Amino acid sequence: MKDNFYIYLLVAAGVTYLIRALPMTLIRRNITNKYIRSFLHYVPYVTLAVMTFPAILTATASMISATVGFIVALLIAYFDGNLFKVAMGGCVAVFLVELFL
Amino acid sequence: MNYKKRQENRTWFLKGMRHGVPIGLGYFAVAFTLGITAKNIGLTPLQSAFMSFTMHASAGEFAMMTVIAAGSGYMEMAITQLVINLRYLLMSCALSQKVSEKLKFSHRLAISYFITDEIFGISSTVDGKLNPWYSYGAACVASPGWVLGTFLGAVVGNILPSNVASAMSVALYGMFLAIIIPPARKNKVIAVLVLTSMAASALFTWLSKWIPLSSGMRILILTVVIAGIAAYVHPIEESGDNTNEG
Repeated sequence: MKDNFYIYLLVAAGVTYLIRALPMTLIRRNITNKYIRSFLHYVPYVTLAVMTFPAILTATASMISATVGFIVALLIAYFDGNLFKVAMGGCVAVFLVELFL
Repeated sequence: MNYKKRQENRTWFLKGMRHGVPIGLGYFAVAFTLGITAKNIGLTPLQSAFMSFTMHASAGEFAMMTVIAAGSGYMEMAITQLVINLRYLLMSCALSQKVSEKLKFSHRLAISYFITDEIFGISSTVDGKLNPWYSYGAACVASPGWVLGTFLGAVVGNILPSNVASAMSVALYGMFLAIIIPPARKNKVIAVLVLTSMAASALFTWLSKWIPLSSGMRILILTVVIAGIAAYVHPIEESGDNTNEG
């Protein structure tokens, strides 16, 4: 297994890079079709929302701390929006809640 | 490159570095568990770090180790990676519209290397066009967190106190929220989009007992369907530049 680790890696990393690089290098022009433009504009919001929820609820040691972390992060994001504060606020909330569990 | 352009790139690079800090911290925690898994299937710390450096993909790397541990073939490795990472294809399409038409080929190759969920997240939602140096700045802080986390995980196993690891594991999700919530506050369409996406994601996670989908496939399918419907129901009329949404 050890001997062909690098071949496995070459295949995996190669496929992964091609997936990432093909559209970026092939689509050189701005797409003019209004629907495709809108679709691509919406993609990040949908993807990130789907990735965040409900996965965040099972990310920590307990669902209670995760829920509190989620709500705290949500509130900071809504009222402040600073990336670092939101991420750290969620972490600190989880940490504090788990001290008492 | 003239002076003004260079200053501008520098500003974007530094901004990217700042935004890369929470990503790097979150990466460190996630990569740590990746390193522990790598150790368990018999990879050396250097091999684990090299894997993380070349792939920058958590689900992809876990899948890779599963394939290796099962002793499956190269074809299966290729197909597994294709399925798990297909969402990057969509992200790459979206990002191709976020950069300037004139962006050089070399920059396109370089920026593609760093299309992770997180770096894509911050890159695709900057105001206006994306300067690639922003992504490079974020990557040069975040990527070491990823690679080093994997390395240390494979060297020492569990050294992080479990409550610290638990707390750090929400950093990446917090960051996603910081990206999507402020625009949702300003723009009703995006707010509805975000709520719908979360609800649909919860539904399909719950349904996974009956409809087994890998998380990568779930993300991909829901993104195509929901963003597709949103584009149809609420197309953005302005074809010039950007995003008054953000």
